[in-house]
Amino acid sequence: MGPDVGTAPRAAASPGADSRSALRRLAGTRETSVIGALVVAVLAASLLVEGFASGRNAGFLILDIATIALIALPMTLIVITGEIDLSVASTLGLTSAVMGQLWVMGLPLETIVPLCVLLGVVLGAVNGLLVTVAGLPSLAVTIGTMAMYRGLAYVVLGDRAVADFPFEWTGGATARIPGTDLPWVVLLIAVLGGVFGVVLHATPVGRSLFAIGSNDEATRFSGISVAWTKLWLFVASGAVAGLAGVFWTLQYGSARADNAFGLELSVVAAVLLGGVSIFGGKGALPGVLAGVLLLGVIRNALSLADVSSDVLSIVTGVLLVVSVVLPTTITRLRERRPRAAPS
Amino acid sequence: MSTTRNPRTPDAPSAVPQARGGGDTRAGRRVRQVRELGILLALVLLIAVTTAVNPGFLAAQSVRDLLLGATLLTILAVGQSLVLITRNVDLSVGSVMGLSAFAVGTLFVAFPGLPAPVVALAGVAVGTVCGVVNGVLVAAARVPALVVTLGTLYMFRGIDFWWASGRQINAADMPDGFLGLGRVTLLGVPLPAVVALLVVLAAGWYLRNYRSGRELYAVGSEPQAARLSGIPVDRRVFVPFVVNGALAGLAGVLYAARFGTLDATVGTGMELEVVAAAVVGGVAIFGGSGTVYGAALGALLLSTIDAALPMLRVDSFWQQAVVGLLILVSIGLDRLLAVRTARRLRGGGSRGA
Repeated sequence: MGPDVGTAPRAAASPGADSRSALRRLAGTRETSVIGALVVAVLAASLLVEGFASGRNAGFLILDIATIALIALPMTLIVITGEIDLSVASTLGLTSAVMGQLWVMGLPLETIVPLCVLLGVVLGAVNGLLVTVAGLPSLAVTIGTMAMYRGLAYVVLGDRAVADFPFEWTGGATARIPGTDLPWVVLLIAVLGGVFGVVLHATPVGRSLFAIGSNDEATRFSGISVAWTKLWLFVASGAVAGLAGVFWTLQYGSARADNAFGLELSVVAAVLLGGVSIFGGKGALPGVLAGVLLLGVIRNALSLADVSSDVLSIVTGVLLVVSVVLPTTITRLRERRPRAAPS
Repeated sequence: MSTTRNPRTPDAPSAVPQARGGGDTRAGRRVRQVRELGILLALVLLIAVTTAVNPGFLAAQSVRDLLLGATLLTILAVGQSLVLITRNVDLSVGSVMGLSAFAVGTLFVAFPGLPAPVVALAGVAVGTVCGVVNGVLVAAARVPALVVTLGTLYMFRGIDFWWASGRQINAADMPDGFLGLGRVTLLGVPLPAVVALLVVLAAGWYLRNYRSGRELYAVGSEPQAARLSGIPVDRRVFVPFVVNGALAGLAGVLYAARFGTLDATVGTGMELEVVAAAVVGGVAIFGGSGTVYGAALGALLLSTIDAALPMLRVDSFWQQAVVGLLILVSIGLDRLLAVRTARRLRGGGSRGA
């Protein structure tokens, strides 16, 4: 032990010291608290904000968060393995720019859309290869590709905007499912959410993601191909970001190089708010979807209540900080208590 | 939260841990030198090529513009490096800079008679307070810096928007003496660039020669081991955040003086550019290695690319793509050098971790 008696034992506090505390369970289930917060927010908004509790508004709310929800799905899996992908918004931007350019060149959208998703796959694979084959930290790699993909988007489209997509497509992107107020994209989110959720929570591959996030090296020695798994996750992330690029372009009817600028931080914020640990190894998809929805509900309710959108930034920030500080503090207080008594 | 048993003085008579930061072993130091020489070489090459194509590039005025442009990024990159070295990151710097710049403008509007140095100090103070908030949350609450500073990025920006509520502050609201700061020169070098240079040298000197500076590397290399060897880790993590906040505040002041037009969006997206400059400069994103000189060179290189592309008649749309490529090349190069050093230190072992 070092001379700094005050701090050393805290680090050494044994994890198995007490497992009885209810506080521990409270701290352990971050996603339950997020879902709880979501329920409270929805109830509060329905009671207090006029116009919130309507199907029409729910449709708008979902369109508003659709892109973040889509990209958050693969991001959850990536963060659980202890990696991160900051290039998603730039992938979206580049896809959007290429979509615009191909449309200007006269290709039919039926051809363009698969090409765009394919482009996302390639961009994701570049990230994945740099992380796995070259062994570079994903945080640095994706900051690099974030700049590079966004730069290429400007190279492709410059500061032009392509906005003459046919109405069947742009209108179709925001059209509602017949008989309901919900947009079609809900189905896309549900299907992809189902796929990623099942993979993460109900397959051996999903279990291995948690293992990789907890201890990369040990997982490798236990015979799981860590590199291969991570590569696929980055490819999935690129593909979904490419798809989101197509959706974004059609939803707003405009292909621009700066589309979704800065969205990566919103996605990461939503994922972390949803209870995924930035160190990997912990997290659940329902929590993340609740996190995305929570941010959407708050933003929607605030704008309906005519509160300026600046407050949303503060709320997002406070939620994020509180959601990590609170459980950590509870855990630490709990750890210190038994130490003070008998030992 | 952190106990204060250890005296602050660098010559405290407790067990002196050998800080084993990236720059300390001889092989490690050589790697750093190769690394920094590499950036310097790239910089010289870029300047040479650009000047060959367009001799106007080295004209006194455009050099002054370039230095002024690099000033903000350099100051921010130095602060960020201190944080990165301890294996943390501060994503809130862009927001802090924006908040400080707006505070400066608002003070001039509210108290037109206030002397510029007082206002500048107030701007730095705003940054320092933000840094303290980050530092307390990261060091005392021991939560991951990436999450905390992502949160405070939104908070500080939100406060900025809320405070500005759509207002814009123009050059006319600020005294000429303050706005002319960039035109004041010392031996032909603009004053802000001199300030940036002093910041770089001070931080470099501190990291190299002070025990607590060396301990930052130890904390970043292996926090657990640093704690066990008696380094007050929480304090070593806390102080860089405060310094970084203060420097971001200073950057905000310089921004206000340079551009004169201030709204709540100042510094948006700057955080990733700053991290990029540090990474290009060889500061490892996972701590324990790198120097502020490298980070400053990285910032200078990125700024020079910005200025050189139009001169080379390359479409400025290429700028970001080139920067991205440069980041990837830099981290690839770092990885290569690290693997080689590790191999040499192990005497031919092949495990490159």
